[in-house]
Amino acid sequence: MTKKVHLDHAHLLHLLKAMIRIRHFEAKCVELYQAQKILGFLHLYDGEEAVSVGVMEALTPEDAILATYREHGQALARGVDMRCLMAEMMGKLNGCCRGRGGSMHFFDRARRFYGGNAIVGGGLPLALGVALADKMQGRPAVTACFFGEGAVDEGEFHETLNLAKLWRLPILFICENNLYSMGMAVERAEADVDFVHKASSYKVAGEKVDGMDVVAVESAARNAVDRIRSESDPYFLECATYRFRAHSMFDAQLYRSKEEVEAWRKKGPIERFQTWLESNKLIKPDELSAIEKEVDAEIAAAVAFAEAGPLEPVSELERFVTMEEVPA
Amino acid sequence: MTVNFSLLALDQILNNAVTIPHMSGGQFAIPLVIRMATGGGRHVAAQHSRSLEGWYAHIPGLRVLTPATVEDARFMLKGALADPNPVIIFEHVMLYNMEGDFPSDMKEVDIACAKVRRAGRDVSLITYGDSLFKALQAADALSSEGIDAEVIDLRTLRPLDTKTFLESVARTRRCVIIDEGWRSGSISAEIGMRIAEEALFELDAPLRRVCARETPIPYAAHLEDACLPQTETIITTARELVKPS
Repeated sequence: MTKKVHLDHAHLLHLLKAMIRIRHFEAKCVELYQAQKILGFLHLYDGEEAVSVGVMEALTPEDAILATYREHGQALARGVDMRCLMAEMMGKLNGCCRGRGGSMHFFDRARRFYGGNAIVGGGLPLALGVALADKMQGRPAVTACFFGEGAVDEGEFHETLNLAKLWRLPILFICENNLYSMGMAVERAEADVDFVHKASSYKVAGEKVDGMDVVAVESAARNAVDRIRSESDPYFLECATYRFRAHSMFDAQLYRSKEEVEAWRKKGPIERFQTWLESNKLIKPDELSAIEKEVDAEIAAAVAFAEAGPLEPVSELERFVTMEEVPA
Repeated sequence: MTVNFSLLALDQILNNAVTIPHMSGGQFAIPLVIRMATGGGRHVAAQHSRSLEGWYAHIPGLRVLTPATVEDARFMLKGALADPNPVIIFEHVMLYNMEGDFPSDMKEVDIACAKVRRAGRDVSLITYGDSLFKALQAADALSSEGIDAEVIDLRTLRPLDTKTFLESVARTRRCVIIDEGWRSGSISAEIGMRIAEEALFELDAPLRRVCARETPIPYAAHLEDACLPQTETIITTARELVKPS
């Protein structure tokens, strides 16, 4: 039953590029943050790229996505215009939310990207509602709901899994287990660190996958989505991953050792995949440099787009507090 | 569902439903209607007796309706369902058994305006929900003493129809606000402040309020009665404004 990912040359390069794109985008965001062009919180996805890239391969444009405040990777992998994301980061009118949401609140209705949510666990009930609406209106879509392992502590997680199973909703739950909810190590927060087991207590089937291995994530996500579509039943995918940087931009990281971070960095998703490609002669040096060049050009264009973008006039501040009508 | 239980859903109401239209730059509307039972008087103690409609009225993006009459209870729901924004309808628990007729050709009610339920010249009693009927009783009692009270039914707490109560206060020059919410930081405080901002020089007497006592609502009937606004308190407060002792 397990389907293998079709690893042709183009697909391998595509996966690598998708991850490098996220990593380089965020490296630029750090620069812009230090230059105070990006303000507020900035939660980097550095180390977790394989999760969103792998899962997104299994989804179609009709499917829906809900993510967390660490959602730059999901938005980019979903195909939200990088220029609009960068402009949103800089609080500009040409951002994906007119500069009103910032880093933690990307929305893109056209791509069925329902946020960015700054509340831990806050996206889970929304995913339930989106999936319920699709099911009731006969749309054969899957809802992919990303959340961290910290969300599993919240009541909303348990309420959502219960109803998702009870109503047999087509939801792919993706638990990005990076081992720390902010500074709280998972074993200090959870009586049971077996999340797949927790999901099974609501009769939601699931599995744990190596979230640092993009091919493993893609393969698991494809199988999960096939199963969700064919059985109209939710599925739980725990992706074991690691955050290489601080929780947000200010974090003394006293809760973990430098050695631990270094050890994880060595098995980082890009590092590992690229090394594998190189050692198996599946990528040529000029192909790698071409990817990096293309990505960096796209980022430079995104920064230029954002820099040139206007600010939303203050006279528009109260617009959309209430809506005149439901957008078609 | 009672408003007391809505606290468990507050993340979804406030952080999501009310916030996403604005925060997404207008990409999404949330046409959501929530009916909640509110208020005290049924001897079911603190966790079933709160009046939190004033709390919800603090939130931009919500419409907060407080029907008190049979026709408002029947037709405000229709108006709420037609609204592309989140609407919460607060139905006072003491009004559920009320019976009444409305015109057979009635199809809808306005959901934006307050209404003058009783016209009067001497003092404005501004209220909503179950307290409307206490205010009307008080007005009847006051009329036998020669005090002519006007009774305003707010009907909607957000957006607040300021115009109707300001015009009333300009006529009567005295006002008592009756609110089953707690006094501190309440909708009654908001109404009083709007009168102070817009109509202070129309007043012949200080602003007065009759609110719930600032405690959790107790079970025992005599304590609960002491907690909630009562007709007698409205009468004495209004009388004191019109005919100071």
